[in-house]
Amino acid sequence: MAEQVDQGRRQLLTAATTLTGAVGVAFAAVPFLASWKPSARARALGAPVEIDISKLEPGAMLKIEWRGKPVWVVRRTPAMLEALGAGDSLLADPGSEQSRQPDYARNPARARNPEYLVVLGVCTHLGCAPISRFEHGDAELGPDWPGGFYCPCHGSKFDLAGRVWRGVPAPTNLEVPPYTFAGTERIIVGSDGERAG
Amino acid sequence: MLKPVRMLWAGLALAWSAATLAAGGGYPLEAAVTDVRQLASLQRGARNFVNYCLGCHSLQYLRYSRVAADLGLSGQELRDNLMFTGTRVDDPMQSAMPPEAARGWFGNAPPDLSLIARSRGLDYVFTYLKSFYVDPARPTGVNNAVLPNTVMPHVLAGLQGLRAPAWETTTDAAGQQHRVLTGLRPASGGTLSAEEFDAFVRDTVNFLDYAAEPAKAQRQALGVLVTLFLVLFTVLAWLLKREYWRDVH
Amino acid sequence: MAANTVAPAGAGWLRSFGAWIDARFPMTQLWNEHLAQYYAPKNFNTWYYFGSLALLVLVLQIVTGIWLAMSYKPSATEAFASVEYIMRDVEWGWLLRYLHSTGSSAFFIVVYLHMFRALLYGSHRQPRELLWIIGVLIYVALMAEAFFGYLLPWGNMSYWGAQVIVSLFGTFPLIGDALVEWIRGDYFISDITLNRFFALHVVALPIVLLFLVVVHILALHEVGSNNPDGIEIKKTRGPDGHPLDGIPFHPYYTVKDIFGVGVFLVLFAAVVFFAPELGGLFLEHANFEPANPLLTPEHIAPVWYFTPFYAMLRAVPAFAGTQVWGVLVMFAAIVLLFFLPWLDRAPVRSIRYRGPIYKVALGLFALAFIVLGYCGLKPAVQPFKALSVIGTVYYFAFFLLMPWYTRIDSHQPEPGRVRC
Repeated sequence: MAEQVDQGRRQLLTAATTLTGAVGVAFAAVPFLASWKPSARARALGAPVEIDISKLEPGAMLKIEWRGKPVWVVRRTPAMLEALGAGDSLLADPGSEQSRQPDYARNPARARNPEYLVVLGVCTHLGCAPISRFEHGDAELGPDWPGGFYCPCHGSKFDLAGRVWRGVPAPTNLEVPPYTFAGTERIIVGSDGERAG
Repeated sequence: MLKPVRMLWAGLALAWSAATLAAGGGYPLEAAVTDVRQLASLQRGARNFVNYCLGCHSLQYLRYSRVAADLGLSGQELRDNLMFTGTRVDDPMQSAMPPEAARGWFGNAPPDLSLIARSRGLDYVFTYLKSFYVDPARPTGVNNAVLPNTVMPHVLAGLQGLRAPAWETTTDAAGQQHRVLTGLRPASGGTLSAEEFDAFVRDTVNFLDYAAEPAKAQRQALGVLVTLFLVLFTVLAWLLKREYWRDVH
Repeated sequence: MAANTVAPAGAGWLRSFGAWIDARFPMTQLWNEHLAQYYAPKNFNTWYYFGSLALLVLVLQIVTGIWLAMSYKPSATEAFASVEYIMRDVEWGWLLRYLHSTGSSAFFIVVYLHMFRALLYGSHRQPRELLWIIGVLIYVALMAEAFFGYLLPWGNMSYWGAQVIVSLFGTFPLIGDALVEWIRGDYFISDITLNRFFALHVVALPIVLLFLVVVHILALHEVGSNNPDGIEIKKTRGPDGHPLDGIPFHPYYTVKDIFGVGVFLVLFAAVVFFAPELGGLFLEHANFEPANPLLTPEHIAPVWYFTPFYAMLRAVPAFAGTQVWGVLVMFAAIVLLFFLPWLDRAPVRSIRYRGPIYKVALGLFALAFIVLGYCGLKPAVQPFKALSVIGTVYYFAFFLLMPWYTRIDSHQPEPGRVRC
């Protein structure tokens, strides 16, 4: 009995079966793990959103929802754009080096077309929704307030390009989502416009 | 040693014949003979469906984008050939007809066809689409051999032409006379020959088979690999078992 | 070189970690009692694979079930669509669903073969009566689990199948109507019924099943396994105190069962990937239409694993103004199973040493069960009505006459040691 046992063959077969079994279990785990990815329905609901900007007046803001987050579109007046350059010294990241935005929005206006600002309305500190305070000077924020966004949760301040002030809790500028212009009257949020979705 | 396995197969075979027998009865169904791996057939079927069926029947569980991805269509081809204006690529294939209006016209809303290939079977749909015949007593002017008194009009009449029924009167044991439909013969020609029309319906049914289970082709392809892998594992396990059991025997 | 010095150190670390656990939890003791030092008869044949396979299918059903519950919606308006959502929109959802639907049928195939093994070799006989009773309880819990689960896809067959089975309780005199309303929680099978069946299917019965399976295994390891010769291997022990005809479960039966798992999975995968509907047996055609309280499917039949009992139900005519008799017969058919250990009076256990009467009786019993199952799938017309009656009468005769025919049956002497 025992004297005939070929231990080498036994170990080899044990290793081969264990290894094959482990590979099988790994393959079998794939469907279970992959089924947690966003489903086709979630991807359909998260598809790019079209915004009609033909009725957006200068100085006004539109809010829409994309992938469960508020997206703001602000049509900036020439005066608003002019004010942007003035306050760079107040800002933490005026060049948008540390912030999240597509390459085409890594500029002082943080926009494809300076006239239209498109940002996510989510404070980069803890995710509150900042409030728009576009007027120069403000009862609450003081006479020096140049106009921008103010987060009521912890007092973070952003300029009219969504750039964050120095010395506030929020670390980076408001995030710019991927977007593109379809003609002159519509913006598509969620698409860089590189592939014809 | 093999007895339980043999019994298992015998049981399965018996059950199988039970299921196929249960599906019988009524007008004989013609085999559809489709294959969801034939992309060209599915593409033609999708176009047929959009042109002739989608006006009334939706595929509410199937997205246009899924069809394009599975059938190898580009976004442009999808938009040009399959989509109505005003729909988005991720939308399901909804029919253009409001259900309330449909109820007014037909008495009930045309059913969603997402799963018709699985609930009724491919042969049923294939034979149904081929078996409209002239019946002046019906409001639509046609009746159907597979689904008598169907409210659906003969949408494909222009392609198939019209067909006339052949009746035979039989007398049963109780002396009751029955009129039995024995066949359909062409009464007027359509734009397609009989073979072309068969191919047209076959493509459409093939697409409905795909629509009922979009993962079907993927399932079968993957099944070959999985089964081969499991056979390899089983062979190794058998060798291992034989090696250890040298101690026992 | 490096490997030579590292490996023993690793093993030593592992050993001391094991000792740390053993001081706090009987890990090594459990391993030895149930695997490494559990001596099983060395003459198990193919019939002995189905126990471990049932355990495998149970795990498979629990895991796939958990994953399905992540996307399924137990509501009358959303359930059907959520199943199609799983089949189409969830990545790999179709595979999870087919594994679960095929798994339910596989569970019953394996369990029926496992139970038939007991009838072949007398595994229910003294001292394994309790083991058998726990097993029958598992079978009953499994039927309940399958019944509740079958409503969840909310297809038309789900709906009408539940309707028919719940209505069975309405045949009880006096309390019937109130009982049915109580089970449904409504005046028809509705959203509330679906919701409570979901809770029972995914929470209550799995807990019961797991508990019973653990108890079943503990009871088995207390009395030891029977074997195809039906003799006690514990009677002949070697000088080391272990049964001469026994071998440690691990590694001998672990490697053997792994091979069995391989064969099973090949067959299982063949169904999952190439015929998940299995011609309408595993997934019924009418269940691809949403539940419709106004439209009964042309032909209602339960899923195949319930059809033997369904055929019995239909075989019994109504009399004295009530249909309760069929229901009672159906329940009695299952209750009888509990008494099997005391109905069998043969002096030997295994069919190998029993006389011709039991061999014929058992063969006909298997045939009757299959015929009943077949009749239950068919409409209630001839010849299926007659066959159902014959099958039902035989089913009961097999059990009720057992004390008589097992006693008068001849038998051969059992060997002292197992044959290989």
